[in-house]
Amino acid sequence: MTEAPAPATPAQGGEGLGDKGLSGKSLADHLREIEFDPRMIGMVAALAVIWLGFDGLSGGAFLTPRNLWNLLVQSASISVMACGMVLVIVTRNIDLSVGSMLGFVSMVVGLIQVRLLPELWGFEHPATWIVSLVAAVALGGVIGLLQGALIAWLAIPSFIVTLGGLLVWRGAAWWVTQGQTIAPMDSRFRPLGGGIEGAIGTSASWAIGWAICATIAVGSVVARRRRRRFGFSLRPLWADVAIAALGCGAVVATVMVANAYALPAGIARRLTEARGQVWPEGGLVIGHGLAVPVLLALAVGVAITFLATRLRFGRYVFAIGGNPEAAQLSGVNTRKVVMLVYGLMGALVGISACIATARLNAATNSAGALDELYVIAAAVIGGTSLAGGVGTIAGAMLGALVMQSLQSGMVLIGVDTPLQNIVVGLVLVIAVWLDGLYRKRLG
Amino acid sequence: MDITSPLVEMRDISIAFGGIKAVDAVSVDLHPGEVVGLLGHNGAGKSTLIKILSGAYRADSGEIRVNGEPVSIGSPRDAKRHGIETIYQTLALADNVDAAANIFLGRELLTPWRTLDDSTMEAETRKVMGRLNPHFRRFKEPVKALSGGQRQSVAIARAIYFNARVLIMDEPTAALGPAETRQVAELILELKRQGIGIFLISHDLHDVFDLADRVSVMKNGRVVGTARTGDVTQDEVLGMIISGKCPAGAVPGPGALRG
Ligand SMILES: Nc1ncnc2c1ncn2[C@@H]1O[C@H](COP(=O)(O)OP(=O)(O)OP(=O)(O)O)[C@@H](O)[C@H]1O
Ligand SMILES: [Mg+2]
Repeated sequence: MTEAPAPATPAQGGEGLGDKGLSGKSLADHLREIEFDPRMIGMVAALAVIWLGFDGLSGGAFLTPRNLWNLLVQSASISVMACGMVLVIVTRNIDLSVGSMLGFVSMVVGLIQVRLLPELWGFEHPATWIVSLVAAVALGGVIGLLQGALIAWLAIPSFIVTLGGLLVWRGAAWWVTQGQTIAPMDSRFRPLGGGIEGAIGTSASWAIGWAICATIAVGSVVARRRRRRFGFSLRPLWADVAIAALGCGAVVATVMVANAYALPAGIARRLTEARGQVWPEGGLVIGHGLAVPVLLALAVGVAITFLATRLRFGRYVFAIGGNPEAAQLSGVNTRKVVMLVYGLMGALVGISACIATARLNAATNSAGALDELYVIAAAVIGGTSLAGGVGTIAGAMLGALVMQSLQSGMVLIGVDTPLQNIVVGLVLVIAVWLDGLYRKRLG
Repeated sequence: MDITSPLVEMRDISIAFGGIKAVDAVSVDLHPGEVVGLLGHNGAGKSTLIKILSGAYRADSGEIRVNGEPVSIGSPRDAKRHGIETIYQTLALADNVDAAANIFLGRELLTPWRTLDDSTMEAETRKVMGRLNPHFRRFKEPVKALSGGQRQSVAIARAIYFNARVLIMDEPTAALGPAETRQVAELILELKRQGIGIFLISHDLHDVFDLADRVSVMKNGRVVGTARTGDVTQDEVLGMIISGKCPAGAVPGPGALRG
């Protein structure tokens, strides 16, 4: 059946080559066989419990299109940064500076957009938003590379470098304008933060939704073909179909919810008239559709997942987390990889800075305060191990959603702020404890 | 006797860690198709010596020649470029990724789109593991989930897959069962026939005498002596290891007991 020297781990016979008929397999074994992470199911279940719980406690105010739409928009900034934090933590490092960096980048973006660019080409120039976005990503990336260089080449512990960064960049954020808030933002920049101007409308949402579904379907067929060509074991067809159907179902449900959140009547009317149509007597219901920051976060999630699982760089990131010495002895330039991971983290902070600034429609030097903790918590709740080597992007994004759901839910049912913090803190500790238990049980 | 220039020659190699001379003026060489056993007590400096050859450490002084040419080996990449592959005593595996990812770590196969070609890597892994450990099935699991012997097989597979010219094996069979150990012994003989030079570090004198053409014995970072396995007995080699006494059949080194 398996090898002669019996392995000490209880996780026997996952390959499913010759031992299909074995009885006494646990649910987890079955899940492993179809290559589906049971932890992911646990997270979705936890999210469902939180959502249903708050919906019950708030008398049905939680599971409304409006609340869910806002929930997704509010978690976008943390989600984007959590993607980078997963890679940082996987390499056995940490980044405590992301919140402060967000504040600093946000101030610089505000300055560029409201003071520098208008001097150059006036207010409301069509290129202002993209210049701001690129500048934010570049600035964040450079700051990240700088911190990464200190960590990788000077071997200063990342905890210390980024703890320093937490103070330095928060101070620098104040310095940009001596503490003055900068507002308002460019009107083409504001959609990055969501809001009515950041909703893409119902038909565009359907178009994107169906495109994603098509990609999921094609992707699973291609993956299956490839495994068959190499003669590897295939997971059962029903499992492939079920997973693809689940994915598409989630996409369609999200689009439906976003489209069900109606625009305020006044705005719907203006929109209708702007299209040259008449506003009917009884009014019209026009949905928001998906929000730009949510799509941005989704795109980042897909891109980083691709990088982490399909590219050589991602392979190195995980190998370094598993055994830095082994990676180095295998010829991996571990220092360069670690530095680039921090650069990437910084670039993602730049994107989040734009989302946060656009959402607030102002740049303030306190933007992003405590974000580092939420980002790390999201990654850890999402199954990233602080010991390094283990973590998924999707898990971290779900983790961000869990955190945001808790917070929004508590606001909705009127829990005081101090108590909110207590609950979030406890949930973090309990989640990591449960994850540890799970890992010990299943290896 | 041997007219070809040595595949690898390490001359007067020294390295110190904070004042402790772990390797002190050591000279060893290796010819194509030859197995040289490196022997010595724990802490004698064997692993440190071969880590200098594999690019993990840089020697404080001394010279390395490959095919008679002086080379500079500053990183594991340099060593691999010269066809020097290493099975480390610690195995040096990334525990959290699977066998294929470990075997191809640093030398991943890519698709035309520059993405990881995991399918081909897995297929190749199945082939090379089949040679070493035909029972091995757990290709999809992180190597953390494997037994000590299976992990060792993965480390060996990584070293032999890339057509090494020089193979360094630091206690390659320490965790293997009898059947797997025999398999590795056969593998060593097969590689030898292909003209590959092998440094074999082992504490098992029987194994070394069965497989090696020559042995070099180290003690406290220095070479006690080097001998053809036909010219000395196991007891004499044991004496070299324990007391540093160099028998008549061996060429004494700087570490030989004087008098
Ligand atoms: N990285 C290091 N830093 C400091 N000292 C070291 C280092 N590596 C090895 N040493 C020292 O160098 C000496 C030789 O160690 P080495 O590992 O080469 O011995 P060895 O012959 O391989 O022993 P074993 O048979 O136990 O594997 C030891 O005294 C060890 O403590
Ligand atoms: Mg050793």
